[in-house]
Amino acid sequence: MTLTRLPARRPEATAPVAGRPDRWARLDLKVSPYVYVAPFFVVFAVVGLFPLLYTGYVSLFDWRLGDDTAKFLGAGNYTELLTDPQFWNALLNTISIFLLSSVPQVIVAVAVAALLNTNLRLRTGFRMGVLVPYVASLVAVGIIFGNLFGVNYGLVNSLLDLVGIGRIDWQANRLASHIAIATMVNWRWTGYNALIVLAAMQAIPPEMNEAAMIDGAGPWRRFTSITLPMLRPTIIFVVITSTIGGLQIFTEPKLFSAMPGSDTGGSTGQFQTVTLYLYQSAFDNQRLGFASAIAWVLFLVIVIAAVGNYFITRRLAR
Amino acid sequence: MRQRLLATAIATALLAGLVTACGAGDAADSKIHLTIATFGEFGYEDLLKQYQTEHPNIVVTQHKVGQAAPHHKELFTKLAAGSGLDDIEAIEEGYRAQVMAKSDKFNDLSKIGPADAGPDRWLPWKYEAGKSKDGKLIGYGTDIGPLAMCYRTDMLQAAGLPSDPDGVKALFASWQTYFDAGKTYVQKTGKPWFDTSTQIFNAMHNQHDVGYFDQSDNLVVASNPDIKKDWDAVTQAIADKESAKLVSFGNEWQAGFKTSAFATTVCPAWMLGSIEQNSGPDNKGKWAVSSAFPDGGGNWGGSYLTVPLQSQHPKEAAELAAWLTAPQQQIKAFVAKGPFPSQVQALQSPELQNTTNAYFADPKTGALYAELAKKLTKAQYKGPADGQIQDDVFAPALQAVEQGKSATDGWQQAVAGAQKAAK
Repeated sequence: MTLTRLPARRPEATAPVAGRPDRWARLDLKVSPYVYVAPFFVVFAVVGLFPLLYTGYVSLFDWRLGDDTAKFLGAGNYTELLTDPQFWNALLNTISIFLLSSVPQVIVAVAVAALLNTNLRLRTGFRMGVLVPYVASLVAVGIIFGNLFGVNYGLVNSLLDLVGIGRIDWQANRLASHIAIATMVNWRWTGYNALIVLAAMQAIPPEMNEAAMIDGAGPWRRFTSITLPMLRPTIIFVVITSTIGGLQIFTEPKLFSAMPGSDTGGSTGQFQTVTLYLYQSAFDNQRLGFASAIAWVLFLVIVIAAVGNYFITRRLAR
Repeated sequence: MRQRLLATAIATALLAGLVTACGAGDAADSKIHLTIATFGEFGYEDLLKQYQTEHPNIVVTQHKVGQAAPHHKELFTKLAAGSGLDDIEAIEEGYRAQVMAKSDKFNDLSKIGPADAGPDRWLPWKYEAGKSKDGKLIGYGTDIGPLAMCYRTDMLQAAGLPSDPDGVKALFASWQTYFDAGKTYVQKTGKPWFDTSTQIFNAMHNQHDVGYFDQSDNLVVASNPDIKKDWDAVTQAIADKESAKLVSFGNEWQAGFKTSAFATTVCPAWMLGSIEQNSGPDNKGKWAVSSAFPDGGGNWGGSYLTVPLQSQHPKEAAELAAWLTAPQQQIKAFVAKGPFPSQVQALQSPELQNTTNAYFADPKTGALYAELAKKLTKAQYKGPADGQIQDDVFAPALQAVEQGKSATDGWQQAVAGAQKAAK
C-alpha cells in the first residue's frame, strides 16, 4: 500500500514551484547526509587521525620530554628499535599473553554462549552474571589479581600448596607471569564476548535447527554444522577486537608488577609488554621520539595481526 | 496576571544571580590563590590552615599524591607542556638531579624569596643540594632521612644474639659484621635476616662519596669499585639466604612486617611510620631503633619545595614555601606525620629532642635521629638518571638475583641497564 503511494506523491513534492526552493531542496538532499555524519569524522580527525600522524612526525626526531630543540633523526629511532633486544622481548611477551588470553577467551565465550542459549532457569540472571567482571574497574581487578598471585602470601599459591602442587613464582617465572596476566584478561572479557556471541546465536533462524533435527542431526552436529558457520561474522568481530585489545595490553602487567609504580615488567622484563615499554620509554626515559616509533611499529603489528586473524578465522569457520 | 508574575519572578532571579556572581567574582579577585603539590605525607595540612588565618588575603589549595614516582612523572610532563604546575612543587632527593637539569624552568628562590630563608637555616649540605649547577637556589629543604638500623628485639633474642641497645652496636658496626650476624641468625633460626637486598644495597650505595655518576655526569657504574663491592657483598648475602626477597614497598613487603618475616631493616627517619603501620599493634614494642649503622651513618631521601616559573604569584609562593620550611613549622610537620627536619634550629629544639614514639622498644626517636643528623656532613652527588638507575635498573637486577639469576648475570644486566638509562 505505502509502496504504491510513495512514487505517486514524489513528483508532486518536487514539482518546480520556484527555482530557489528547488535548488535548496536538491542541495539539502545531496549535502545534508554528509553534514549529519560529519561530527564523527571531525572528532575522529581531531582525536584519532591527527595524533596518529603527529606521532609519526615525532618518531623521526630525538625528542626528549621538555626539549625545546629536537634533533632530526630520520629513521634513526626505527633502526634502533629493530635492533633493540628489549623491544623484541616485549613483543614476544605481548604475543604470548595475547595468545594465552584471546584463544581460550573466544573458545570459552562460544561455549558459555551456547550454554546460555539453552532453556535455563533464571536465564536473564545468568546472562547478566557473565557481564559482572566487565563492570569491575580494571585497576581494582589488577590490584586484586596481583594480590591473589602474590608469591609469598597469595591465595593461589596457598591453594597450590594445599593440594600438593607446590608454590609457583608468578613474578619470576616468565610463562607463569604470562598465565597470571592472561587470567586477568580472560576473567574480564570472556563474559562480554559471550554476550555478543549469544546475540548472534539467537539471530539464527530456528527453522534451520528444526530442519536439521528432522534430518536426524544430533546436538553436536547441529552446533558444528549450523551454529558455528552462522556465527562466523560475529566470531571474526570478536577475534579482531580482542586482537586489538590483546596487543595493547598495559594496565594488567603494570599493576601485576610486585614493585609499586614500576614499568619494567618484572626483574628482567619477563612480562613487559610493548605498550608498557612504550610508556617506560616516554615517561621514565623521557624519550618521546623513540616511544612514538614504538607506537607506530605496534600499530603496524596490530594491523598485520588483525588482517591475518581475519583470514584465519574465515577459513576455520568455513 | 499570572504570566506577568512569572516574568517578574524570573527577572528577579536572574538579577539576583547576576549580582551574586559579580560579588563572588570581586571577592575572588582580591584574594591570591596559591596551590601546592606534595606526595606522601609532608604534614602540612594544619600548617596551611594556620597560614591562611594569618594571611587572610591568601587561599591555599594542596594537591596530594600517594607516591613519589607518579608525582614526578606528572611534574616533568607539565614542565614540558609549559602549563598546569602548581605554584609550589615538592621534589624528592632521588629526582633532584633531573629537576636541576631543567633549572631554567624554576625561580631562583635566593632572589624572590624572603630574606630570613638564608643559608644558615639549613644543614649546610642540604642547602647546597637545593642549588643548581649555575648557583641558583631551586628548592628550600624540607626533611632529611638520616639512616639508622631497625631490628626486632624478640627475634634477635630467640637466635641468641644480643638485643639490647649496646649489644647490637657490635652487630651493626660494619657491613661485614652485619652480614656475619645475619649468617649466624639464618643458621640458628632458618629465617631470613633482612627484608630485601634492594633496601640494603641502596643504603650502602648512599654512603659513598661517588655514586652512579661522577661530578661531570659521567656514568661510572662499571668503573666505580665501591658499587661492585656492594653488589658482591649483597649478592653473597642473598646466596647465604639472608634476604626475605620481598620487593620494597610492595604488598608482600608490607605483609612481611606483620608476619615477622625478617629481623632487621634499614631505617631512614621516614621509615618509622611505615614500620608501625605495616607491623600492626600486635608487634608493638618489638621493634627497636639502633643509632649504630654499618660503616657509619648516611642519608637516604628527603625533599625540597620549588617554585616553577609557570607560577602566577612567584613571590607569594616563595613566601609560603619559606614559611613552611622554617624550623618552627617543620617541627610541627614532624610531630604530625614524621618527616625529619633539615633545619639547624629544629634539630636543637627541645621539642624535637623530646619527641618519643611509643611504638618502639626505645621510644626516644627524636633525640636519636637528631644525633645522627648532626653527624651528616655531605650528600652524595646525584647524576641526571640517578633515581631511575636506583629504581628501574638496580632494584630489578637485585630482584632477578633473588629470583635465581646468577650474581654475574645480574651485574651485567645492571651495567647494561644503567648505560641505557643514562643515554
